[in-house]
Amino acid sequence: MSGPPTPAPTPAGPAAAAPALEVRNLAFAYPDGRQALFGCNLTVQAGERVAVLGPNGAGKTTLVLHLNGVHTAGAGEVIVGGLPVVKANLREIRSRVGIVFQDPDDQLFMPTVADDVAFGPANMGLRGEDLALRVKQALTAVGMEDFADRVPHHLSFGQRRRVAVATVLAMEPEILVLDEPSSNLDPAARQELAEILGSLPLTVLMVTHDLPYALQLCPRALVMNDGVIVADGPTGAILSDAALMAANRLSLPFGFDPQTRPATS
Amino acid sequence: MAGGHSHVHSLFVHSDSHVHRLRPQCKVAAAILFVLVVVATPRETFWAYGAYVVVLAVVARHAHVPIRLLLRRLTIELPFVAFAFFLPIVGRGARVDVLGVSLSVAGLWGAWNILVKGTLGVATTVILAASTPIPELLQGLDRLRVPKAFTSVAGFMVRYLDVITEEMRRMKIARLSRGYDPRWIWQAKALASSMGSLFIRAYERGERVHLAMVSRGYSGTMPIVGQADAPTLDWLTALSLPAMATVIAVAAWVTHA
Repeated sequence: MSGPPTPAPTPAGPAAAAPALEVRNLAFAYPDGRQALFGCNLTVQAGERVAVLGPNGAGKTTLVLHLNGVHTAGAGEVIVGGLPVVKANLREIRSRVGIVFQDPDDQLFMPTVADDVAFGPANMGLRGEDLALRVKQALTAVGMEDFADRVPHHLSFGQRRRVAVATVLAMEPEILVLDEPSSNLDPAARQELAEILGSLPLTVLMVTHDLPYALQLCPRALVMNDGVIVADGPTGAILSDAALMAANRLSLPFGFDPQTRPATS
Repeated sequence: MAGGHSHVHSLFVHSDSHVHRLRPQCKVAAAILFVLVVVATPRETFWAYGAYVVVLAVVARHAHVPIRLLLRRLTIELPFVAFAFFLPIVGRGARVDVLGVSLSVAGLWGAWNILVKGTLGVATTVILAASTPIPELLQGLDRLRVPKAFTSVAGFMVRYLDVITEEMRRMKIARLSRGYDPRWIWQAKALASSMGSLFIRAYERGERVHLAMVSRGYSGTMPIVGQADAPTLDWLTALSLPAMATVIAVAAWVTHA
């Protein structure tokens, strides 16, 4: 694994430059009146890899959809690399924040893999040689360069997930946001994806129920519940806090001990 | 199917023929023009239709489409031309006895007209589909300035047909696993509600796909990618088909008149 940048140890790190992501007092209610977020605060420095943990319905996905302006803040604000997420900035924000959704079939909608990877950068105005190069680089980064002309629905689930990551990498984002990246993957595909994700020199925000995956990939973790961030700290410490875990419907897989994690990755 | 050599679509015949290598827009244009010329040929000149069959057979051979496969796929037109067989029976006017059955002359001409032009048209599209992967076909239509809305909808349909069919299959297995074995019409309720929830699911998937598109900068128009101009040679090769057909059609009109 090529060395990822050193993550800042705490959210209030000493970085002088604008943080990669800043969420201030974010609250949001859906049009039907159901409130999903009740004041979230979060700062992520460039190069950090952060896991977002929490039970179903905690507001994790709602938070994610604020990061690239699909949802607009009801109150509070989201700032990406110093740029506030408001309508006027959406184009730039969406090129900075790439979201990989949970179901690759939702993400891969073009007739071929290459067309699909080209969709994002083409929307950003790339054409011709530049576009082809970008597509090739993104597919190479996920080890799918030999599948460019394939039809997405003829790929295995793990391959589709990797192509979904490539569709977002092709936009050269600063922040990569992944919604349940390891779900439905067989153990080998899960590990392959971990190696790919670990090798990317990007700020990563990863929503997951897969706690060992969070520990393996993300030095820092957040716990969300009922629309607020209830804990934020080193992943190992959070997973070892039995009271915190139990209070937020988090439970470690059988036989898994976060204290005895291997030194690698 | 991981890593294997998967098929492009069920109608596609894997090969690397001259016809396969032509740019899709040239092939689509040639096929459409050929069909138009065939339709414009007078029905009384039987020899012209014989000539069309020969021309198409040559194209099929160049495209490495086996004649038997072509004939088998022609059966797709049967439900559509079935009514052509009724025309001679129900037609009015002068009648002629064939094997003891009294048939309408005008009806026979009408049936022949539908049958031969329909069959040639279907044969043309069978060859086109066998030599062109669907993504290329859509690209070809794009290049021919077919409205983007139409090609996008067609593209989404092709992309999600398998996904939705697979969902339908899973729902069917789930029904069967719980002992559902409908024999009577009033037992069809479970089937109907499955269809309903399949519709809702497809609709929700549409929303999620749109979300994924918006997240990658979609702003209402599909970006135009993979657009390469066709070399003149491709156009000349492809258009030789309708050109030959035009010669035949003109000759048919001249001899007919």
